[in-house]
Amino acid sequence: MAFIKVCTKDDLIPDAGIAAKVGDVQVALFYIDDEVYAVGNHDPASGANVIFRGICGDLHGELMVASPLYKDHYSLITGKHMDGKDLAIPVYPAKIEGNDVLVDVEAASQAA
Amino acid sequence: MSARKQTIVVVGNGMVGHNFVEKLVDAGLLEHYEVHVFGEEPRPAYDRVYLSSYFSGKTAEDLSLVPPGYYEEHGIHAYLGDPVVDINRRKKIVYSAKGREVHYDKLVMATGSVPFVPPIEGNDREDCLVYRTIEDLEMIEAKAKVSKTGVVVGGGLLGLEAAKALADLGLETHVVEFAPRLMPVQLDDAGAGLLRRKIEKMGVFVHVSKNTQLITDGEKRRNKMVFADGQELETDIVLFSTGIRPRDDLAKKIGLKLGPRGGIVVDDMLLTSDPSIWAIGECALHDGTIYGLVAPGYAMAQAVVHQLQGITATFTGADMSTKLKLMGVDVGSIGDPHGMTPGAHTYVYQNEPEEIYKKIVVSEDKKKLLGAVLVGDASDYGNLLQLYLNEMELPEHPDDLILPQRSGSSSNLFGPAALPETAQVCSCYDVSKGDIIKAIDDGATTLADVKAVTQACTGCGGCTQLVSDIVNYELEQRGVEVKKDICEHFPYSRQELFHIIKVEGIKTFDELLAKKGQGHGCDICKPAVASIFADIYNSFAMEEDKIGLQDTNDRFLGNLQKDGTYSVIPRVPGGVITPEKLIVIGQVAKKYNLYTKINGGQRIVMFGAQLNDLPAIWEELLAAGFESGQAYAKSLRTVKSCVGSTWCRYGVDDSISMAIKLEHRYKGLRAPHKIKMGVSGCTRECAEAQAKDVGVIATENGWNLYVCGNGGMKPRHADLFATDLDEETLFKYIDRFLMFYIQTADRLQRTARWLENLEGGIDYVKDVVINDSLGICDELERQMQFIRDTYKDDWYEAVHNPEVREKFRMFVNSDERDPDVVFVKEELTGMYRPATPEEKLKGIAVEVRPNA
Repeated sequence: MAFIKVCTKDDLIPDAGIAAKVGDVQVALFYIDDEVYAVGNHDPASGANVIFRGICGDLHGELMVASPLYKDHYSLITGKHMDGKDLAIPVYPAKIEGNDVLVDVEAASQAA
Repeated sequence: MSARKQTIVVVGNGMVGHNFVEKLVDAGLLEHYEVHVFGEEPRPAYDRVYLSSYFSGKTAEDLSLVPPGYYEEHGIHAYLGDPVVDINRRKKIVYSAKGREVHYDKLVMATGSVPFVPPIEGNDREDCLVYRTIEDLEMIEAKAKVSKTGVVVGGGLLGLEAAKALADLGLETHVVEFAPRLMPVQLDDAGAGLLRRKIEKMGVFVHVSKNTQLITDGEKRRNKMVFADGQELETDIVLFSTGIRPRDDLAKKIGLKLGPRGGIVVDDMLLTSDPSIWAIGECALHDGTIYGLVAPGYAMAQAVVHQLQGITATFTGADMSTKLKLMGVDVGSIGDPHGMTPGAHTYVYQNEPEEIYKKIVVSEDKKKLLGAVLVGDASDYGNLLQLYLNEMELPEHPDDLILPQRSGSSSNLFGPAALPETAQVCSCYDVSKGDIIKAIDDGATTLADVKAVTQACTGCGGCTQLVSDIVNYELEQRGVEVKKDICEHFPYSRQELFHIIKVEGIKTFDELLAKKGQGHGCDICKPAVASIFADIYNSFAMEEDKIGLQDTNDRFLGNLQKDGTYSVIPRVPGGVITPEKLIVIGQVAKKYNLYTKINGGQRIVMFGAQLNDLPAIWEELLAAGFESGQAYAKSLRTVKSCVGSTWCRYGVDDSISMAIKLEHRYKGLRAPHKIKMGVSGCTRECAEAQAKDVGVIATENGWNLYVCGNGGMKPRHADLFATDLDEETLFKYIDRFLMFYIQTADRLQRTARWLENLEGGIDYVKDVVINDSLGICDELERQMQFIRDTYKDDWYEAVHNPEVREKFRMFVNSDERDPDVVFVKEELTGMYRPATPEEKLKGIAVEVRPNA
């Protein structure tokens, strides 16, 4: 399996997140500057599936999402925890093709 | 560490006795000493300096100097309501009234003083009172209820404080002074004359050069005072405030050396005639002087603690300079205010229209300050005191020190830079300029930090301006720009962003970022800007370009709980709810298996709502007439109220109606942080309004308004803002107050912290809100009116707008719920609570779905 369509471009919310389910995998999708970024929806700091409900933006130029529960920051590029905890979320390849949003959940890269 | 701990017994738990214990703790001496404290009064040490504030709303707890649990926490044995009655100096044992016996190695007498009552015939009559302890105050309060008139005998510091207390209690108040002027020790004739005029303007009658000879039955009032000049004065209450006498009866009993007119004789080490016993505070007679102020007492405590630390320390007398606010009049007195020093010169500045009097006394060569008198404006006190204490050289024209600094004139004759590091800035806690510098070197970056670390400004508060100046100066010197940037994306404070957005009419985050910021924004600046948009444009959180700015609570209009579910809180204005609505809440909670609890804001919370169910839940609630409680937003939460005159037999006014009106008036108003309000129908204060951001309490003549109270982590008692307001004025003040707070506070700064960090404090806010000193009140009211006029219920919008409604789902590509959100039925309550990780592993957790 490679890239799978999860939704259309219109479902994305600019500078915010939504979640999609691919098999048993929950993916959080962020739409920033016309690019889509896919990461795991599970927040390892809180144990809850809440990442898509976090505020995204950047810290020192690196795109990130702040988990809404305890405000842990994770990089949208590497998945790494940005405030010094030994935690990370998976990062999935994602792209927009025409009007389709595609994610490859098998090719997760997990920094740790 | 030594083999056995030595024992210190402290006899007396007043301000100085407690300060001594505090200093022992801070010096780490509890490692070497076991400490026993005996106090006569039933409660631990409290602030006698601010005693009169008891009548303007402060409670005994507010006045307490001992945090709850302080003695226990430090392993100090404290026996309150149990005075020491005898001491065996040979065996070194103290005996208490309740029969305790404690052996000591060292003993500290801190027995304080008692009020002096002059030997006037009739001074033991039932209405003759003194002013020293909280019990005295309770007695005065009780008597005042059956009295119309009160006379304070004694026009000194304490006497005028006492007069304020009587005036606050609503009595016709007189002050009778033996000397020809008020505050004869500290003030000269001109200064005292101005003080008298100001006090008389407030309706207090002042009688000087009056020698009371007899107190007897009155004709119109219960008592009559007869003076040596034959005049008479009828009164109900006679309050003596004619000085103090050291509490030396115990010392006398055990044979310590006393002074000819009382007081325990101490040397420069503060040792009594027994080398194992020290005496400190108002019971001690040092070099022929009893110090009736708290700062010298604290200095004595410090000297003894230093000795225990092995540091050579002596007490060689103390400065008796004072600054205080007497009945709203600023008064300061420094050093030799009467110019008694040979060759001294005097400069006087007298401003009759503005009622200001300033005098300085300088040395013959005009190089040193010897004394000063300030009445009506004591803002120069801190600087003058430093010049005096540090014997600093005066400017070429010493009168520049008291002449007004009008435009064009040099404004910095003796700024914080000029002070030596040894200069004592805060006399209450003995904080020097060097201590403040150290605190800044150790990382303090604000006045609040410095206060927390050094305790400066936290006693009488007289040094606040000076400490603030030093902090700002030192930070500037270090090149520290006092940074207030909200985050790395905007070089502006929240207040500055507010004004930028408003003045430039910016309507989107992208526009703001492009014009004034950099990067993509973050979880700090985005919600702050969203809140500002809501304040200025009343913009809805779910507008397409605003969604990404919202904290999850604002985005999904619920409070996110630890498991990813939300709580649902409908508005229950004033905590009043009909049976029909209660039933609906029950039905909804039952249908969606929600966990129900009544929270601290008199509302019902339904926990465990899943994202997908939120619109349906709210649809049912809205249909039953509920509206959003905005519990998820940084906005008005709840207006707590008692039942008031509707039901309560003590209620003075209808607190329920007032609470409901307030709740509807300010619901949905976005703010830097949440806002809580309370309304009590009488002074019993069942709604705890004084712990709220805005508190309203009914009086016989209207409503009293309190602001900037706080419960939570750092409780703060609210400040009385205005009294006896009619409803219209009350709303007007609250409109202005809230909008001023919203425009000027930092993000996540509650009103209490905002006020603490606001230069000028509560007086400044009063000036802005009541006197419109900034000329912005019209604008503040207009903005509030706009917010009110454009109010929309968040949930009504969300439920009835299909585009918004479809966003309340867990997954964009599936109608499934989050499979990891599972529950366990709680045994105690029979309701579903989130499963723990262990329960999930064991497989005993269940998914919960709405019942049909």
